[in-house]
Amino acid sequence: MNAFLIALTLTLGQHGGEQPAQGAEPQVAAPAHEGGHGAVQEQPGRAEAAAGHAIERDLQKGEHGAAAGEGSHEGGSLSDSLIHHVTDGYVLEYPGICEGHFAWNCELDLKEAFGDKLAFTVGGVRFDMTPTKHLIMMWLASIVLLVLLFASVAKRSLVPRGLYNFMEVLVQFVRDEIAKKNIGEEDADRFVPYLVSAFFFILFVNLFGLIPYAATATGNLGVTVAMAVFTFLITQYASIKAMGLGGYLKHLTGGVPWPLWPIMIPVEVLGLFTKPFALTVRLFANMVAGHIVILSLIGLIFALGSQWVALGSVPLALGIFVLELFVAFVQAFIFTMLSSIFIGQGIAAAHHGHDEHEAHGEHAASDDHGSHVAGHAPGHG
Amino acid sequence: MTSTALAFLSAGFGAGLAVLGAGLGIGKLAAAAMEGSARQPTVAGDIRTSMIIAAALIEGVTLFAIVVCVLLAIKA
Repeated sequence: MNAFLIALTLTLGQHGGEQPAQGAEPQVAAPAHEGGHGAVQEQPGRAEAAAGHAIERDLQKGEHGAAAGEGSHEGGSLSDSLIHHVTDGYVLEYPGICEGHFAWNCELDLKEAFGDKLAFTVGGVRFDMTPTKHLIMMWLASIVLLVLLFASVAKRSLVPRGLYNFMEVLVQFVRDEIAKKNIGEEDADRFVPYLVSAFFFILFVNLFGLIPYAATATGNLGVTVAMAVFTFLITQYASIKAMGLGGYLKHLTGGVPWPLWPIMIPVEVLGLFTKPFALTVRLFANMVAGHIVILSLIGLIFALGSQWVALGSVPLALGIFVLELFVAFVQAFIFTMLSSIFIGQGIAAAHHGHDEHEAHGEHAASDDHGSHVAGHAPGHG
Repeated sequence: MTSTALAFLSAGFGAGLAVLGAGLGIGKLAAAAMEGSARQPTVAGDIRTSMIIAAALIEGVTLFAIVVCVLLAIKA
């Protein structure tokens, strides 16, 4: 089915396009623009081409630099437009009334709105704290999440109903399946608040990115690094609390005789940082890759310059969109699950350090401490 | 060949190889999960959870490679 759609797309695209969009922008701009316009208006049933709307308007701005009120995009190529949609910036777009008439892409330039008020220099380094698009989206997602959570606990009764019931399913899932299974029965409750916060925050920010005109804040390396740093700090705190600072440092040496310490300690310290690094890049790349694929598929309409390409391109983009919904959930779940596994490993290492070493050989993941990694073989008992 | 052309070429090749690796890895994973679920349907739920976790980890590594390819393709 996919192969058929791709073949259909490419065949139909042969008739319309001559050069790729990067080559000759002014000449291709007019037919590409009308082609895109015609495609989006000829198939009104494809309401999900809202993403296409956003690209089409941006390309309209990019290739017709003379449109009113768009001084910030001039003559962009296809890949520039794609990069612009995925990265952070200072311009918010929304459909509304600007300059006296309704437009699909009114702009709010945050740099102009704030000017220099939030930019300052500290010790020779310039900090520019003006809000960007991703920051505003993060705030909006957080506000939606907080409103939803406070609304769900507004009416509490013995038997949960309605929104409270729904939220309770998710919170209980995080507590039982993720926290208790990986951290252990007795320690889990200390870390459940952080894990639930991380899960819901990442979930809502990811889902927010799928709304037209909004952006994914977790598609920003800064946001994912911050989440991974939180996990790292909490993991180290849990380890130090369980083992004591001396035990924690001793664990860093890895139990080798002291002449090997100069080799072992840098390796172990480096190993401490690979896990948060992997968390960062995994979440960031998953979010950005999905958006790039959707934008590329719709940008194919403009690259090939024919409106008939939309017949194959929009269903494929719709399929990837649904996959993106799934990936949003899975990435939130994976981040939370891996955080809980790292915390559990940090705490379990403390218990192993205090036991006799011969007991260590018998169980790889000891059950009597109440912590077991999800899905280990039933034969271990 | 200029360095720009080589960068674009390598970005394309890299993306293809990354997808090859991910497809093989996750394919083997899915095969094992199917077989396990078929042998013991009662633990199918646990197997499904572990499968999704492992698939996300493999995909995470793949996306490291994709990020490198995107860096090459943008800078070129």
